[in-house]
Amino acid sequence: MADGALGRAATAAAPPAIELHAVRFHWRGRPSFALSVDTLRVEHGERVLLAGPSGSGKSTLLSLLCGVVAPDSGTIQVLGTDLAGLPGTRRDRFRGEHFGILFQMFNLLPYASVMDNVVLPLHFAPGRRRRAAERGGTAAEAARLLETLGINAGLARADAARLSVGQQQRVAAARALIGAPEIVVADEPTSALDRDSQQAFLDLLFAEAARVATTVVMVSHDASLAGRFDRVLRLADIARVERGH
Amino acid sequence: MIVRLALKSLANRWLTAFLTVLAIAFSVMLLLGVEKVRTGARASFADTISGTDLILGARSGGVNLLLYAVFRIGNATNNIRWSTVQEIASRPEVAWLVPISLGDSHLGFRIVGTTAGYFEHYRYRRDQGLAFAEGRPFADLFEAVVGADVAADLGYRVGDHVVVAHGLGATSFAMHNDKPFTIAGVLAKTGTPVDRSVHVSLEAITAIHVDWQGGARIPGLGLTPEQVRALDLTPKDVTAALIGLHSRLTAFRVQRAINEYAAEPLTAVLPGVALLELWSIVGTAESALAIVSALTVLTALLGMATMILATLNERRREMAILRSVGARPATIVGLLTAEAAALTAAGVAVGVAFLYLALLVTRPIVDARFGIYLPLAAPSPREGLAILGILAGGVAAGVIPALRAYRLSVADGMMVRT
Repeated sequence: MADGALGRAATAAAPPAIELHAVRFHWRGRPSFALSVDTLRVEHGERVLLAGPSGSGKSTLLSLLCGVVAPDSGTIQVLGTDLAGLPGTRRDRFRGEHFGILFQMFNLLPYASVMDNVVLPLHFAPGRRRRAAERGGTAAEAARLLETLGINAGLARADAARLSVGQQQRVAAARALIGAPEIVVADEPTSALDRDSQQAFLDLLFAEAARVATTVVMVSHDASLAGRFDRVLRLADIARVERGH
Repeated sequence: MIVRLALKSLANRWLTAFLTVLAIAFSVMLLLGVEKVRTGARASFADTISGTDLILGARSGGVNLLLYAVFRIGNATNNIRWSTVQEIASRPEVAWLVPISLGDSHLGFRIVGTTAGYFEHYRYRRDQGLAFAEGRPFADLFEAVVGADVAADLGYRVGDHVVVAHGLGATSFAMHNDKPFTIAGVLAKTGTPVDRSVHVSLEAITAIHVDWQGGARIPGLGLTPEQVRALDLTPKDVTAALIGLHSRLTAFRVQRAINEYAAEPLTAVLPGVALLELWSIVGTAESALAIVSALTVLTALLGMATMILATLNERRREMAILRSVGARPATIVGLLTAEAAALTAAGVAVGVAFLYLALLVTRPIVDARFGIYLPLAAPSPREGLAILGILAGGVAAGVIPALRAYRLSVADGMMVRT
């Protein structure tokens, strides 16, 4: 809690990490589903929990935040750039450069080694590659992150498929954090872990994120995690889902 | 790195990938093999006769005459009288005439009764003449000249004594075993039916039949070789004749004269024209084979597209991960297309390797059994074009699953809906 407050205080003057305004979106080919967000603002370095059950539009909202899809109308300002106004290719590059993304499970390419999985984003993000290289080389930085997250150095060459679920999530966290992207977006990253592992995982993730003042946006329906965040937003309060028939 | 990951992904599915490559390889081998045999057969046939302006035989189809007189395939329906042959040979347009008498065999090799002019005038493969590996043309009644394959298969050398059988077939009950022939010469390899022939004089053909009638030996009429030499051995008829003209321009005139010959029904063909006629018959079968083998390639490529499509669902996660770290949909499309291209390229490479291996093994057999010489040459421009076509087809087949993957990855956004 203390570092969270510190992080926020230190960067209060900076522009918000994420700011949505009057966003409307529907999936192509699914006219019966529409999502609208009037306003959402996440400060730089803030840790925000988006709480809501499945079906509340969280996947769609995360896809919009990360620029996988563009809204029908409205603006999505991320680090001062309007994603809505960027062509798809530029959004993809922007996502690779500024976002670290964690899924609920199956985060890793099973046939690739742990090391290959961690350095994967660097291939698409020259800025992150440069930052990782400045910290003693990409492989060394990947090894340090794995070490910090409790993955034995001996596992770096192993196939990702051979790790336990908990280990896989920590490798995924290392991948999300490598090259110090400004924002980490996580979609229920701890739901596959037991309670002790959940806490340990969040400890490691937050400690590493705090080092570089990374903004963390996490989706979860697990209210018990709320205490670990600067702010908890109920998805139902910020996003409106309309379902036709 | 992405290429390395794509290869790892493929290696992860090695069994399906392996079978797909194998299917493509076999289809490529079939397609190129058909082409190789086709061009090999055509070249072998076209190279068999050269420098002969007309082929003369009894009345029959031109292709039939060409087949039995030159390729020793099938049998003559009728013989032509020796007096007729002599009359045609004496025409002013005719430069040379080489008679051919067929119908007997020696341990499965055809016996060709002819004159010494055969070794002088017979030409193959763009005007190459026959050469002697050993010895000389036959000079005596009981001398024979054998082709290269006969000598190699039966281990004959100049000076060996051989027995000549009446009729065709490797073994014959009616053996002319009382007339031992001496090998006078062994011809150098030509890659034509000449290699598989035993050549003797026309008189020798008459001689081995002198005490035979109706396929059986006349009892009590056992002549010694010395008694045979004393007889008049002028042939009564021959099977066909090769004719060379002073001027090619007169070929059609001589051909018409022969075809309208009043005393006996005859046929004369220009070898080139008869070959074209043969191609037009064989061409239909060739086209059918080519179409079937092309369809096999198409089937293999569609199989590959199906294989990739089938793996798409389980690979949606993989694509979502790549998208999440900043890969464009175009990268996903490129990956899948590259996978198809790599599988096709591997299939083509393995198929070509299989083909040359198969050629290496079957070449001597095909040469010996069918007289078709299959060269072990690099792919021809036509085959190269076929290979490029297959590669292009593979990439095109890869576009089907790639576009589906594109649609999926756009529709999924970042989170795979399961």
